Amino acid sequence: MTILVVAEYENGAVAPATLNTVAAAAKIGGDVHVLVAGQNVGGVAESAAKIAGVAKVLVADNAAYAHALPENVAPLIVELAKGYSHVLAPATTNGKNILPRVAALLDVDQISEIISVESADTFKRPIYAGNAIATVQSSAVIKVITVRTTGFDAVAAEGGSAAIEAVGAAHNAGISAFVGEELAKSDRPELTAAKIVVSGGRGMGNGDNFKHLYSLADKLGAAVGASRAAVDAGFVPNDMQVGQTGKIVAPQLYIAVGISGAIQHLAGMKDSKVIVAINKDEEAPIFQVADYGLVADLFEAVPELEKLV
Amino acid sequence: MKVLVAVKRVVDFNVKVRVKADQSGVELASVKMALNPFCEIAVEEAVRLKEQGIATEVVVVTVGSNAAQEQLRTALALGADRAILVEAADDLSSLTIAKALKAVVDKEQPRLVILGKQAIDSDNNQTGQMLAALSGYAQGTFASKVEVVGDKLNVTREIDGGLQSLELSLPAIVTTDLRLNEPRYASLPNIMKAKKKPLETLTPSALGVATTSTIKTLKVEAPAVRSAGIKVKTVAELIEKLKNEAKVI
Repeated sequence: MTILVVAEYENGAVAPATLNTVAAAAKIGGDVHVLVAGQNVGGVAESAAKIAGVAKVLVADNAAYAHALPENVAPLIVELAKGYSHVLAPATTNGKNILPRVAALLDVDQISEIISVESADTFKRPIYAGNAIATVQSSAVIKVITVRTTGFDAVAAEGGSAAIEAVGAAHNAGISAFVGEELAKSDRPELTAAKIVVSGGRGMGNGDNFKHLYSLADKLGAAVGASRAAVDAGFVPNDMQVGQTGKIVAPQLYIAVGISGAIQHLAGMKDSKVIVAINKDEEAPIFQVADYGLVADLFEAVPELEKLV
Repeated sequence: MKVLVAVKRVVDFNVKVRVKADQSGVELASVKMALNPFCEIAVEEAVRLKEQGIATEVVVVTVGSNAAQEQLRTALALGADRAILVEAADDLSSLTIAKALKAVVDKEQPRLVILGKQAIDSDNNQTGQMLAALSGYAQGTFASKVEVVGDKLNVTREIDGGLQSLELSLPAIVTTDLRLNEPRYASLPNIMKAKKKPLETLTPSALGVATTSTIKTLKVEAPAVRSAGIKVKTVAELIEKLKNEAKVI
């Protein structure tokens, strides 16, 4: 068995999500190869070669693969996949965008967002917003899988010394083009990788009030998240949303402030190690999953919390 | 241009589902069903394109049991012109559904196909991408803004770090994210009118689509239950617990 992991990268190096995905591949067993597709990705390939447990890094460096357009990248993966038993990618927006296209071109079903590996062909994944866990078995010749990164502990980013091999294949479907992007700027840790997450909901009242959470987060070294209600109300940008339709996080500590705890929000954070809820409504459903609940006005509790930690 | 919208009948998003005692699935008997929320957004976007004079006809399609007619009628009440039911089992894999939709695309020749980004039951997030692959069309997934300009489609997508803009050649596939629009409610007169709109029934075999799958669900379990927490009285007590009991700060 040989497993191909499609690398996610940012700022010229592999992203943490790639390390969780390699960990899932290691649990399946067999040689792990990593594919780095993009433009000017030599540095990414070098960082991928250092990942512990990686046997080989394939680099497809071509202008057509810039910005990970699925119309161009999927045929590349399909061409390479023929020699592999499994193709894995992290369940990031990129992975979710590209891998089903790969699966359909290979004429196999895909298994989305696995949280555990039972054997080389059997996996567990959450369904119904995490309210049920399905165990699924695949009889596909090539198993195409996305990995929920919070389900697997990252492998070490250093320590490996894989061979780097260039892939010459150039696929350019010519039916899609990158126009631009608008990335939210943040000095705080990345939401899905942070050890502590402080999230605000509708109870924050307005976007300006999020400053209380930012200063608490800075003191704790935490990332700041939000519920869909806070995003829809325009308090914060949508990439801060935690939930079934936003990001899935599983930090050591999750502090939910002014969040009622709808099913869709819980789907994104209920695997956190410790959950703290601060809400003035003692009936709020968030208290049913919180390890520590504080019934209080957040505008008094949060500044006090910041002062005392 | 013709716009095709794929919709799915799912458990209403407010229902807290229960796993069956024999672990064969979740309890769906006598549970409230509804149009998948992302599919509602897809229908709304198609209807808005029609109101702008860009779409000439909005065709809504579903693959599922006969009961899904109810959701097709809902889509017709929201403004779709006619409906297609591909009558099949309710638990087909995303790939099988994408193949059935590909056959409908071949038959109907739409310029644009809109789907939801994921169904809230299987949480797969696959069908739109798979349909795009099978059709050879470009895909604009997780769309928060869609604009038709001549024979191109400008799509703004929600990505992990923010937003990304793409230009796609038509025909193309779009999957909707939550912020694309706010779906309207069906008015009573429109619900009455929807009953008279055409609804065609097809089968996978008539479309030449096999319904076999390479995936088998072995069991479905309830997730691990979190142990009950405690309520603290003061911020000082909370910090003391986090430091000394949970040891997370």
